[in-house]
Amino acid sequence: MTKSYEEIPLTPISDSPSTMNMTGLWRAFRPVVDISRCKKCTLCWKFCPDGAITLVDGVPVIDLKYCKGCGICAQECSAECIVMVPEGAE
Amino acid sequence: MTKTTIPEEEFTYPGSTGCPGCGANLVMRYLLKGLGDRTVLSIPACCWAVMPGYWPSNCLKVPILYTAFEATGAGISGLRAAYDAKGVKDVTVVGFAGDGGTVDIGLQALSGAAERQTDAIYVMYDNEAYMNTGIQRSGATPWGAWTTTTPGGATKNYKHEPKKDIMAIMQAHGIPYAATVSVAHPEDFVKKAQKAKSLKGLRFIHALSPCPPGWRMSPQLTVEVARLAVDTHLFPLYEIDDGRLRITRKGKGTPVKEYLKIQGRFSHLDESQVDSIQKTVDERWAKLLKRESEGA
Repeated sequence: MTKSYEEIPLTPISDSPSTMNMTGLWRAFRPVVDISRCKKCTLCWKFCPDGAITLVDGVPVIDLKYCKGCGICAQECSAECIVMVPEGAE
Repeated sequence: MTKTTIPEEEFTYPGSTGCPGCGANLVMRYLLKGLGDRTVLSIPACCWAVMPGYWPSNCLKVPILYTAFEATGAGISGLRAAYDAKGVKDVTVVGFAGDGGTVDIGLQALSGAAERQTDAIYVMYDNEAYMNTGIQRSGATPWGAWTTTTPGGATKNYKHEPKKDIMAIMQAHGIPYAATVSVAHPEDFVKKAQKAKSLKGLRFIHALSPCPPGWRMSPQLTVEVARLAVDTHLFPLYEIDDGRLRITRKGKGTPVKEYLKIQGRFSHLDESQVDSIQKTVDERWAKLLKRESEGA
């Protein structure tokens, strides 16, 4: 049925947070953090392009639902305690 | 609580559709950390037109007004006029466009907005080509770079023209504030965004935004390559506040070869071409130092 012009929104509006997009599905490499060696420098959090890292007492918690596996955290980590492992590997 | 060097509050949600390791994502994240939530963005056709996510999702906690490719300058002018008419004073109007949408297609609208001294911040995130449409050369692509429209091969058809100097173009408009920022130095970035927010008139921010697919490099090198751009003096960090230039980061003076060699788009360059890039970079850096010491 045709809608009247009054029922159509004036302009398409995006109103939902992008947390509905599971971008973690794109990932080929997964970051694994050795928390015992973490120096709490927060560099991984600072340089994550996707905001997929949150800090809990200065230690990173990586949200694998959204992490795209770019590896910037592993590259920048000052303690070298993050390694990228291929998805599917242990 | 561990103390962080940049504000901890996030104005972006995870789940953006930017590529893994996207520099433009970091540009937006740091910019909004500096500007806060009373911000409205005008974004033209560019990577960031698709990066907020598929409809109806949006990865930003601030509103966005999409415009046509050439219309960012008109978009910010209109937004400002609308807020002024409504008497809203505490909103920062921001134009956020790529290099193609700034130095090529959007230049006339931006020039108009600057000439009218529109009270807004214009951010150009510079990934040095039309990345969203498939890595075509833009006016901001550096000399010697490979792109899909400067593909090289037997005819050596790489980009033969130097990068357009947008900072000089903007200064010629007599704007109150212009600054360059890098995703490798977020503290400097946030500070400059906050400073821009505190001023009136058109403020211009030029951000180097590394693009792993377009620059032909691994995504984990985004921050490293941005750091090298500053350290090699290829992309110096400075601000021009009311006509006075101040270099905010001197950099180590690393040979420019280190920056070029990790990017596939420069892999065809021979030694004499690298030397000629080094020479240009050194000359530009010397000019910048001279201008800073002269206090102009």
